[in-house]
Amino acid sequence: MTMITRRGALLGGAGMLAAPALVSQVDAQGAFNWRRFAGERIEVSLTANPRSQILIQNQREFEELTGIRVGSEAIPEQQHRQKFVIEFASGRPSFDVIGISLHVNKRQVGRARWTADLKPMIADASLTSPDFDFADFGAGAVAYSTQADGRMDTLPEFTDYFILYYNKEIFARAGVQVPTTYDEMYETARRLTDARAGQAGFVGRGVRNANVVLYTSFLLGTQQRDCTDANQRLLTDTPDAIAAGEFYKKIMRDCAPQGVAGFNWNEAQTSFSQGRAAMWLDGVGFAAPLEDPTRSRVAGKVGYAVVPRGAARHHCALFGTGLGISAGSNERKRGAAWLYLQWALNKRNQLRFLTAGAGAPARQSPYRDEEAIRTSRFGRDYFETLIASSRIAHPGLPEIVPVTEFRDTLGTALTNTIGGADVATELRRATEAFRPILEQSERAT
Amino acid sequence: MSGGTTIPDGKAAALTGAAADRVRRKRAYARHYWPFVVPAAVVVVAVIVFPWIFTLWMSLNEWKLGSGRSFVGLANYERLWGDERFHGAIWRTLYFTALAVVIPVVLGVAAALAFHRRFPLRGLARTIFILPMMATPVAVALVWTMMFHPQLGVLNWILSQFGIPPSLWVYDASTVIPTLVMVEVWHWTPLVMLLVLGGLASLPVDPYEAAKIDGATGWQAFRYITLPLLAPFLMVAIIIRTIDALKAFDTIYVITQGGPGTASETINIFLYLNAFAYYNMGYASAVVVVFFILIIGLALLLLWSRERFKDAA
Repeated sequence: MTMITRRGALLGGAGMLAAPALVSQVDAQGAFNWRRFAGERIEVSLTANPRSQILIQNQREFEELTGIRVGSEAIPEQQHRQKFVIEFASGRPSFDVIGISLHVNKRQVGRARWTADLKPMIADASLTSPDFDFADFGAGAVAYSTQADGRMDTLPEFTDYFILYYNKEIFARAGVQVPTTYDEMYETARRLTDARAGQAGFVGRGVRNANVVLYTSFLLGTQQRDCTDANQRLLTDTPDAIAAGEFYKKIMRDCAPQGVAGFNWNEAQTSFSQGRAAMWLDGVGFAAPLEDPTRSRVAGKVGYAVVPRGAARHHCALFGTGLGISAGSNERKRGAAWLYLQWALNKRNQLRFLTAGAGAPARQSPYRDEEAIRTSRFGRDYFETLIASSRIAHPGLPEIVPVTEFRDTLGTALTNTIGGADVATELRRATEAFRPILEQSERAT
Repeated sequence: MSGGTTIPDGKAAALTGAAADRVRRKRAYARHYWPFVVPAAVVVVAVIVFPWIFTLWMSLNEWKLGSGRSFVGLANYERLWGDERFHGAIWRTLYFTALAVVIPVVLGVAAALAFHRRFPLRGLARTIFILPMMATPVAVALVWTMMFHPQLGVLNWILSQFGIPPSLWVYDASTVIPTLVMVEVWHWTPLVMLLVLGGLASLPVDPYEAAKIDGATGWQAFRYITLPLLAPFLMVAIIIRTIDALKAFDTIYVITQGGPGTASETINIFLYLNAFAYYNMGYASAVVVVFFILIIGLALLLLWSRERFKDAA
């Protein structure tokens, strides 16, 4: 006869206490089978950034939930783009899930149909968890992830808005207000520029390629707004394009640090984070390093604001990334990859992106999480800026295949204007140089 | 017939015994030894000949990654002929190469002459001098990039300590190439010094004793004895530096990515962008072919110079 020991009774009691929790977990799992691809292994290729870091740090959650093993890599942005394009073109990519910069590769990936259409998977109740809540993704982000033919070949991960960072201390000392128009921004920047003290009123990207997104931020404020028309004809030598170029030249020459013609975002970040620039117009993802007191002298003094209004419109440049599933992967791996996407872009991870200052998540629910926002190390103005920016966001680059060539050609012209070259001449020359490339690309499409 | 040699009867009859033996041995060698050549030949064909033929073929095609490929004949070369950006890249490559060869060679010879003399702590000084050479180019480039920052870089701070106005270093089109050369000089002068130091150590002492007896000055001894005797070593140093400078990519890419504008865009950067940023594989292949021809031309010039040096010596 088995004796009931004290230890046995305690264990039994503990088991009974835990039973309701276990039952509810079984019920939740019972609704959707996360483990249907258990034992599978998938490869995930991401761009190196704080969001990828969050996914990689927490991927064990996914592995335990699904029994799927994940091999992740995070490669610097430019090298990552080259790698995945070459691998896709080879016909045998080494990854099943791929992170894609939509503002650079969307059209290229869509044209070649390198990633699978996600719409059938989203519609398949046996493959998609009820918790997934696709409607939670912002309409703008979903539109950005959708190709012209209606295929949605990436799931939106992150939307990057250009915002205005400003140094509250410098602003308070000078007694100036946050600018609401580009003209005010220029005047404020001029007022805050003190070359002898080594203080710039404004800093931004000047080096070719990278500088185009700052220029298009100014162009978004004009009536024309875009670099191309609806038929993908180039509009970079029009009066509005030249006016935006003149503003770019003016603010960079008069208010930015010497040598800004060679500045990418990292040099601009260094100037701003060391308190040497009063304003910086750039992507939202830089809040985290700016608020890190071990790396930044302006931590706790950074103000966030939506980009100022232009002469005719008020938009902020929108960029974004999405996660796609390699169309060449076999059915089981594609299924496993779809589960990964559901986990990677679930509400919890998207909230992690937001509260870590890793950028603006593509879902809307994180912005409604008052508790998380209140306990975040970022001020309320940061979150308000994100929400306000989402309402005025517009793509900052044209959706064309040769977008890197476009950025290099136009960017060289813009860099030359910082050196003093005539804006109209440079933009016309760049337009003439790039037009045949774009036309050829469009013919191929 | 032993070994299975198959010499036609008529010919065999015409050969003397010794000559027939030689022919038989040669053929036996050929039969037994050619299999040993095959692996090397296969490797050479696979990694050198085939890629070259493929590159040549690709240069005659229009191929953008993600799109179809089409034969366009010499259209890529015609486009290169009229591409101002490519012409600029050629001149910048030659400008960069000339500076990145001449300055390290001059400084390397001076350093070698200095370190050839005996002085206290010479070994330590030599070790410190060659340290830059051991650093990884990308890491070196990143450190220099921080030092070049016009507002916060240490170089402008150092200049300010001497009352010198700040420089824009790599952030200005007019100073970017000399500044990149400065990094190359810092990095690779020690290599030239080591090569020349090896040469100096191997020089005979007799000519110097004779020159001293004849009343030659230090400069005359250097000009008429040291320099001619060092010529073979200098040629090796110049060839190595030229090859290095022509293929310089990592430092330039990390520090400037070819900018500001296209002010530091050398052929390598231009080629890289076309192949891996614009995905114009056909056009990039044409750049490779033209660059190869340019390198062959330079190599022939250097070899010709070496022969002239030899004759002069």
